[in-house]
Amino acid sequence: MDEVIELATDVLVAGGGAAGMFAAVAAVRNGAKAILIDKNVIGRGGASIMAQMTCAAALGEAEPDDPQLHLADTLEAGRGLCNEDLAALLCEGAPQRIRELEAWKVNWARADDGKINQVKAPGHSRKRCVYVDFLSTGAAICAALRNKVSRNSDIRRLSNVSLTDVVTRDGEAIGAVGFDVESAAPIMIKAPAVVLALGGMTKMFKRTTSPNNLAGEGVGIALRAGARLIDLEFLQFYPNGHLAPRMVGLDPTTWEPTRVKLGGRLLNGNGEEFLQNYGEAQGERYSTTRDALTYAIYKEVESGRGSPHAGVYLSFQHIGESALRAALGPVIEIFKRNNIDLTRQPVEVFPIAHYQMGGVEVDTDMASCVPGLYAAGELAGGANGANRLSGNALPEALVFGERAGEKAARFAARRKAPAWDMSAALPEVELIRAVRGQNEGRGGPSPTALMSDVKELMWHKVGPFRTARALNEAHDRLCAMRERGLRAAAVSRERVHNASLVEWFELRNGLLAAEALALSALNRRESRGAHQRDDFPETSAQYEKNQRLSLTNGKLVSSFEGVERARLR
Amino acid sequence: MRASDKPASPLKSARLKIWRGTSRDNGRYEEFDVPFEDGDSVLDGLVRIRMQQQPDLAIRFSCFNANVCKECTMLIDGEVQYACIAKLHPGLIQLDPVPNLPVLRDLVTDSLSHKERF
Repeated sequence: MDEVIELATDVLVAGGGAAGMFAAVAAVRNGAKAILIDKNVIGRGGASIMAQMTCAAALGEAEPDDPQLHLADTLEAGRGLCNEDLAALLCEGAPQRIRELEAWKVNWARADDGKINQVKAPGHSRKRCVYVDFLSTGAAICAALRNKVSRNSDIRRLSNVSLTDVVTRDGEAIGAVGFDVESAAPIMIKAPAVVLALGGMTKMFKRTTSPNNLAGEGVGIALRAGARLIDLEFLQFYPNGHLAPRMVGLDPTTWEPTRVKLGGRLLNGNGEEFLQNYGEAQGERYSTTRDALTYAIYKEVESGRGSPHAGVYLSFQHIGESALRAALGPVIEIFKRNNIDLTRQPVEVFPIAHYQMGGVEVDTDMASCVPGLYAAGELAGGANGANRLSGNALPEALVFGERAGEKAARFAARRKAPAWDMSAALPEVELIRAVRGQNEGRGGPSPTALMSDVKELMWHKVGPFRTARALNEAHDRLCAMRERGLRAAAVSRERVHNASLVEWFELRNGLLAAEALALSALNRRESRGAHQRDDFPETSAQYEKNQRLSLTNGKLVSSFEGVERARLR
Repeated sequence: MRASDKPASPLKSARLKIWRGTSRDNGRYEEFDVPFEDGDSVLDGLVRIRMQQQPDLAIRFSCFNANVCKECTMLIDGEVQYACIAKLHPGLIQLDPVPNLPVLRDLVTDSLSHKERF
């Protein structure tokens, strides 16, 4: 039998992206000891490192700006559903975090006059988005934070540790259970405060910008621990996702920053501009928000005017080679290695699953309704409403991560060490032991094959354009997979780096997340922002409400409630 | 037709010869035929092998073809490369764990900082 690794700390932070690393830093500067875990590698796994360019903060360096203007743009883009207090926290907190990162050696791109460069991303009323050249914003932020967490002896870092459950006692979080990916040994971590910064669920879609680890586990774990979700039906499909020709060595999101810097013409399969037919003003500068652009591209392809791979063309052929080189630097060489010459050919783009607006419902302390359980970053729902602005994900990770770490540390100090409940933790430990080797050699599907089925299903039935019929079908199949598919899956008995075991637990939590998304989408009988129903194409005032989901006696229960307007301001 | 359903070019086939085992002495090579399209990476091939033939093949990766996480470093035909950007080609391609680090299993080596381990 595998020996259980037992650990204890004040604040456990799960997820080693920007939000999790910042939470760990903030927890220890507020007097706590922290353990920071990541399923892959701290500072390298997760979505933050993949962010290429825009990070919004009203610094006012490029032109006069104010966090209240940033807030107004964020609320406008959120189509009436933002939690205004959370959105305000994001916008008001962003400049301080950007300055702090600057002090930690993040090399923000600067103009000749020494001021930080800020670009105007779609939906922003000001030049507001800072970045690091070339297309390295996320990598630079992660490198700085990784350096910061690794120099603090009060932060214990554990890479290759997968979290499977938050352990509760009398409805309060008291720690967590997981396992060591390197050895399959179960792990129990006692902690009076737990911060989940595990990202979203975009891995569950076939076409995705997600790294290999965002399977919605945070959503599933939080639900099972008793937390509520908010507005999970809003999942952003990034309009200019790379489609063809095959390109490796660069994230498929690369075309939006390129458009922000250079313009770039979107053309249908006939070589015609089409955005003016969907409400964008004439001209090549790019201002359409992501939800509207995804709609335009989808409808153009659906009308039979798509490119050869059923997307649309994006052309930079009108831009000279020297301007391309100045804007893209070494990235041009990556295009070249993929036989892409932007001066001679357009590329094909199509929407791609990118970001989860909804998530765990939190207050402005990043606290869920479960005492001791916090959420931050993409996993925390509410700030972005029905549609997120380009550039708001990184400040959200930084601001909410910092906030969660501080508040979790203070909570842990007040609470001291809660009594551990072995009877709550042991079933989860036993499950880890039981799943390794289950049905091995009996011909059942592997977790990775099951995951592939889920991705196919989510892409085709729970994509940007939805109907009750498709959503019902998806929901029923997801339930069946969760109830029977997981039990039938064949899991390798290997101890060392057993990816099947990792994927089985991704599915255990991720299928619950996917089911919650399908159900939320089914319940919202209107079209708004990133949630478009072909059978309910209009936005309805009746649905200017947040949808909350909880897990009660094993069943997902939904309710619609009025939006949290600015209570604190 | 939906996006991404249509193959970009006719399918070709590569044969990946992969080190399987828990050390450099204790193991063997196994060979897998992998269909691919022009432009696909070695990592694409490895993910396909896990999906269709050998789910317990051990590899490290996170960011998937974006070349930022740098986890998928391995020896490809004797050269240290990232599997996510090395392209598949018809014929035999040999994959070994990176040299100078202890092998944990298959293509996974003990590459993490020991301060991030137990």
